[in-house]
Amino acid sequence: MPFQAKARSEGKGPPSGEIPSLAYERELIDRIRHGERERFAELIRPYERRVYVTALAILQNDADAQEVAQEAILKAFAHLNQFRGDSRFSTWLTRVTINEARMRRRKQHAEIMKPFNELESEDDEGQFIPQDFADWREIPSEELERKEVRDLLRKALASIADKYREVFVLRDIQHLSIEETAEAIGITPGTVKTRLLRARLMLRDILAPGLGGIWSRPLAFEKGTKPWT
Amino acid sequence: MDLKCEQVWLLISDYVDGELLAPVRAEVDLHLTTCTRCTAVLAGTKNLVRLYGDERMFSVPLDFSPSLHRRLSQQSRLERGAAFTWALSLAGAGLATAAMLLFSLPRFEQPTLRAPMSQPALRAPIANLVVVNDDGKTFHIPGCTYLHGKSRMIPVEEAMKEGYNPCIRCEAELIHRTAKSRALPESRAVDADVAGSGD
Repeated sequence: MPFQAKARSEGKGPPSGEIPSLAYERELIDRIRHGERERFAELIRPYERRVYVTALAILQNDADAQEVAQEAILKAFAHLNQFRGDSRFSTWLTRVTINEARMRRRKQHAEIMKPFNELESEDDEGQFIPQDFADWREIPSEELERKEVRDLLRKALASIADKYREVFVLRDIQHLSIEETAEAIGITPGTVKTRLLRARLMLRDILAPGLGGIWSRPLAFEKGTKPWT
Repeated sequence: MDLKCEQVWLLISDYVDGELLAPVRAEVDLHLTTCTRCTAVLAGTKNLVRLYGDERMFSVPLDFSPSLHRRLSQQSRLERGAAFTWALSLAGAGLATAAMLLFSLPRFEQPTLRAPMSQPALRAPIANLVVVNDDGKTFHIPGCTYLHGKSRMIPVEEAMKEGYNPCIRCEAELIHRTAKSRALPESRAVDADVAGSGD
């Protein structure tokens, strides 16, 4: 009986795309290492989105993110024997993705194009003081159906320094724990907390005016008129 | 203890994540009841954490997964191909070595003879000393009447390697002597050899 079918019949295997149990994942990795190479597709499937989004958050470009995410997964496939198993496979894979994306960014000489606030706060882990105290009403998640809202949020994320963005993406978008984030990036949990606080407060300040405007009045094209006329 | 706004901002992130200890959380709650600025900071932070954490925020391109799995299959095939090629090369190298050994073994046993019509000295005892002449094509036992010119003594094995053929007239004598020396006790056999070489 094939491994997957056998595992399912024993109630061990997760449905396709769901994060598997640690024991199931370990067994799967073991089998891949011992020659069942085609099972890697099964191992990777629950993490495809995470890998892509991580690459996208760092590179800020869909095409590059797609390429880098695929490269990272292929690299993980080729070097699966180097996974020691002292962390979750997903954490190791995220670390591989981050390294791959950082390498791509370096190749593109992205450092020259760093946003101003990054240059200004390169070594600044100190306290961030909020500037905008406008009262935010609760924004319904349905607003995310609107492309301009998503674009606004993505632009805001792109504008903060890489070191803050990486932490924010892993914690608030990928929902990794503080420890997993620290391990994936290679920093201490304390630094993760500091950078996360700063990232959240910076994003809040950047978004406060824009989002306030969007929420307070409906967009022109929603009324049936073209926004550019 | 009354918290100041600056202290609350430092705790906002942990407050949102629910990681504050109960007494500290209670202090922050107390501060929030009277501070509109900190309430605004908290509401904004909660909003963006919820919005960015929504799956709709980032969508994976539709062709990402199919394209990825195509590349994984290709990689798998390449790996299998590489393993097959490696095994094939190993088998090829083994066969080549075996073939080389097979072809070279007879060369060790049968050197190129100096005379095309000659026969190898297969029956001659290889450790015995024989006499050869650099201009000749045959080796002889010491004292053979057909031995002429400047000669030197070498073991039969070496004479064969150099391509010398046994002298048909004294080969029988050589074999006879060897058989005789083996039949005698070792000390007497040495005497007999010495006596023989003096003939």
